[in-house]
Amino acid sequence: MTIKKIIKILNCQVIVGEDKLDTEVMVGCGCDLMSDVLAFIKPEAMLLTGLSNLQTIRTAEMSELKVVCLVRDKQPNNDIVALAREKEIILLATSLPMFEACGKLYKSGLMGHTEYYK
Amino acid sequence: MVEKRDITKVQELVYEMNVEQVMIKDIITVGPNNLMSDLRDLLRNKRISGVPVLENDKLIGMVSIEDFIKCLAEGKMNSAIRDRMSCDVEVLYNDEPLVQAVEKLDRLGYGRFPVLDRKNRKLVGIITKGDVIRGLLKKIEVDCHEEEIHRYRASHVFEDIVADKTTLTFQYEVVGKDFNKAGSASSGLKKTLRRMGISPKLIRRVAIATYEAEMNIVVYAEGGEITARITPREIRIEVADDGQGITDVRKAMEPGYSTAPDWVRELGFGAGMGLPNIKNCADVMNMESTVGKGTQLEFTIYLDERGKNDSQNNN
Repeated sequence: MTIKKIIKILNCQVIVGEDKLDTEVMVGCGCDLMSDVLAFIKPEAMLLTGLSNLQTIRTAEMSELKVVCLVRDKQPNNDIVALAREKEIILLATSLPMFEACGKLYKSGLMGHTEYYK
Repeated sequence: MVEKRDITKVQELVYEMNVEQVMIKDIITVGPNNLMSDLRDLLRNKRISGVPVLENDKLIGMVSIEDFIKCLAEGKMNSAIRDRMSCDVEVLYNDEPLVQAVEKLDRLGYGRFPVLDRKNRKLVGIITKGDVIRGLLKKIEVDCHEEEIHRYRASHVFEDIVADKTTLTFQYEVVGKDFNKAGSASSGLKKTLRRMGISPKLIRRVAIATYEAEMNIVVYAEGGEITARITPREIRIEVADDGQGITDVRKAMEPGYSTAPDWVRELGFGAGMGLPNIKNCADVMNMESTVGKGTQLEFTIYLDERGKNDSQNNN
């Protein structure tokens, strides 16, 4: 699924990565616990999280993620935006809460980890 | 072909670079008492489209190929440049960011701007759209080239060393309780390993494990040190802190066991997954802890065939 399509489904605001909207995401992962993210997320995945701090981006950096979407209207501060830009991580924001954001993507065909890597 | 990523890079560069870095410094000028007919050879031979007019070292106007053609059409090639030049000259200053030049070239539609020194207001250069593009391309090329050189050097570092055994050591300081800096040590190590040409899958395992260890220092200690020792066969990471130590090491290794305070959990950590994560990423892991003194964690990731195979190492 392209970022373009995801933006449409979640009515996302693009905070970083306006020029990379053709990037493909294969799997979704909704999680606020960064240690859990580090434990199982794969580079092909997009992270949806309600956690908006520098460690969200650091976690994405270490896990080689290309896309992070902040849910429920969490606006990132300047430091977060700057780090995402430096690490070339696409940063999106949606006003939908976590369950609805994940649900809409899943319904549109984005897979979860256990399905995709089976 | 210019990729989209390069355009963003260019956007950064127009703010980073200034007019002086791209302007032409070897300027051709004319005096106000020269005749318009003198421009014919000058414009043709030097292949330029506009010339600053100087009187006593002071910029008093610009005369362009358009002015020349107009004069030619009117048959007044014997008039003095003073009478045909544009006096109302828009200038740029040498220390202005390049974005100003781009904006002005675009907004005013002029082909060129004379550049003045901010302090003494003397003419020091001239800048055209072509100069801006050339300057940017050169800078991009230099930057790319530098990263390439870094990568080349780092990836060949072991080949150049003559020794029976070689170990490279990188050390990173970690400051406790500073959540904004947390992760910068792991980030630095990751960048270094990438330059060394180590496989992305292995780098990812090192980065995740080191990051978890770094977070542990930040959360539980006042400070600590991460040391990476790299040989052609393995990467060994030693993490030492001055924290309160772990009372029950075996329990700490259980997934989900945590003593983290709430503020740590609010930041997305402290769920008792850190040490199990590290263990899962590493080929070998050891931890020693003395209550009241601190903790020493050590883990190794093999670079050769002793390492986990792909199906396992995806943690």
